Amino acid sequence: MSEIVAPVALASSVPRELSPRKLALRRFLRHRLAVVGAVALLLVVLAAVVGPLILRIDPNLVDPLAIRQPPSGEHLLGTDSAGRDVLARLLAGGRVSLLVGLTVALTATVIGLVLGAVAGFFGGWVDAVLSRITDVVLSFPTLIVVIIIVAFTGPSITTMILAVGLFEWPTAFRIVRGLVLSLRDQDSIRAVRGLGASTTHILIRHVIPSVVAPLTVVATILVAQAILLEAGLSFLGLGVPPPTASWGNMLNEAQSFTVLQSMPWLWIPAGCAIAITVLAVNFIGDGLRDASDPRSRR
Amino acid sequence: MAAFLLRRLLVSVAVLFGISLLLFILVRTMPGDPAEMMLNPIGFVGDREAALERLRVQLGLDQPLPVQYVRWISELLQGNLGYSYADGRPVAEVLSERLGATVRLVSFALVIALLVGVSLGIIAALRRNTGVDYGLSFVSLIMISVPPFFVALVGIFVFGLTLRWLPTAGMGPPGGGGGFMDALYYLLLPGSILGLMLAGPYLRYSRSSMIEVLGQDYMTTARSKGLSSGRIVLRHGLHNALIPLVTVVALQIPVLFAGAVIIEQLFSWPGVGRMALDAILARNYPILMGFVMMIAVLVLLCNLIADVLYAIIDPRIRL
Repeated sequence: MSEIVAPVALASSVPRELSPRKLALRRFLRHRLAVVGAVALLLVVLAAVVGPLILRIDPNLVDPLAIRQPPSGEHLLGTDSAGRDVLARLLAGGRVSLLVGLTVALTATVIGLVLGAVAGFFGGWVDAVLSRITDVVLSFPTLIVVIIIVAFTGPSITTMILAVGLFEWPTAFRIVRGLVLSLRDQDSIRAVRGLGASTTHILIRHVIPSVVAPLTVVATILVAQAILLEAGLSFLGLGVPPPTASWGNMLNEAQSFTVLQSMPWLWIPAGCAIAITVLAVNFIGDGLRDASDPRSRR
Repeated sequence: MAAFLLRRLLVSVAVLFGISLLLFILVRTMPGDPAEMMLNPIGFVGDREAALERLRVQLGLDQPLPVQYVRWISELLQGNLGYSYADGRPVAEVLSERLGATVRLVSFALVIALLVGVSLGIIAALRRNTGVDYGLSFVSLIMISVPPFFVALVGIFVFGLTLRWLPTAGMGPPGGGGGFMDALYYLLLPGSILGLMLAGPYLRYSRSSMIEVLGQDYMTTARSKGLSSGRIVLRHGLHNALIPLVTVVALQIPVLFAGAVIIEQLFSWPGVGRMALDAILARNYPILMGFVMMIAVLVLLCNLIADVLYAIIDPRIRL
């Protein structure tokens, strides 16, 4: 019963002048975990951007006299097997990991958006072929495909971004395609077309604005997935190549049981950084999904 | 149904051909000469160039690419996946030898994921919008967000190295032997960690599926007939809630194989995932292509199974 009453109650309690966007913002801010996530992510980004400027230690500075030292006043999080400062590498690695996450999500979302709009708008065999390709790409575990591509081209940041981006677009594709299909036959779109608008004009002015909200949710979740994939690949030694620091390749050393057991400062910080960042991004994604859904109970 | 199956099978075969062609092009145009890898330059006596040339001819690497592909695919159709560059053994033999270990790991993980994910999902659905529900959705987000290899590192650190409760390497006691309990003992840590990777998504799916079912009219009918609530949830609710979950499970089995690559590496588990990583480092093309083709078949098979299961469980769907 409460489901039936709720919209009425909601409608009467909300002042009329609020735009849908403001309503969405209000729903997002009421989502406690999402706000916590946004604050946490802001802190992580701030640390990665500003941190190295304050710390002023070269993350790639090798010091043979200070190998694998536990945390101290001089090295707040200790040093790694090459005597490099772990905190400096953690901050520099954050830049790399966040950058990879954002670029991959952007690449995948743009590919998904373009292909999805094309498939949904033109339909017919274009749609059939694209949808079949999507099924195949979607059912392949990205990790395996990317491991193989990266293994043969040699590890590099660009290869990894391209490879992951090229295999993570199907989620965005499906959402955009579905929306465009349902929009295409609406009277408003027919009317615009009747007025002589071109296909490009309809796509850019009428279709794309309506997919922005659901696409933002997908892109957010893609950022989380991309950071996880980067970490996994770099952990296996197939992602960001050394000496550049990334959270994943900082954990690479922990494959040795000696490091794992007696030098926790070498692997716990990077692991926690990945976990906290991905968790924060997923919280935001959850909040955005609830906020973009007007039927949501909050 | 038969027509549907036939059509899907044909599409699958076509996709498989496409994948094999793509894979072949990818693998053969990449830098790195397998002949170079096989002949260790250190300690090689005699004319190395001539030996390299002989080896390339022997492996068929001197032929043009299309010829190599046709050769490879026609051998493949006869069940011959080629021979490992490392020791000359048939790829099919190496694969089947390693597959058992991975299947053991993956099936244990699947059981864990289902037990944890579905039961927690049902609890969350029954206690919808309470502290329990919010707590569980927090837990599922944590399971989705923390990278499996970090969980594995923590698991090895806590249960293996610090408490010394569980073994952290291999499938059984050194020197072979050991019964069922031993196998389970060695499986516990890697299998559970791999399983937790999927427990998060399963929790979310079963929760939303159960919530939808609980709101259906037939649930109200069952309640109005005076059936006990436990019976309603299990007999009427769960059965219907599981329908969408079956497809999700079938479609995500390949994800478990991907996760197994990392887990096998960390736990020195002698499965196909570790074999693939070794093959990549050694540029052992035939082994690698065999592995990818195996995954491709698995993916297409799981897709097909998901469709068929869907039709069997839900009689309203006619294929």
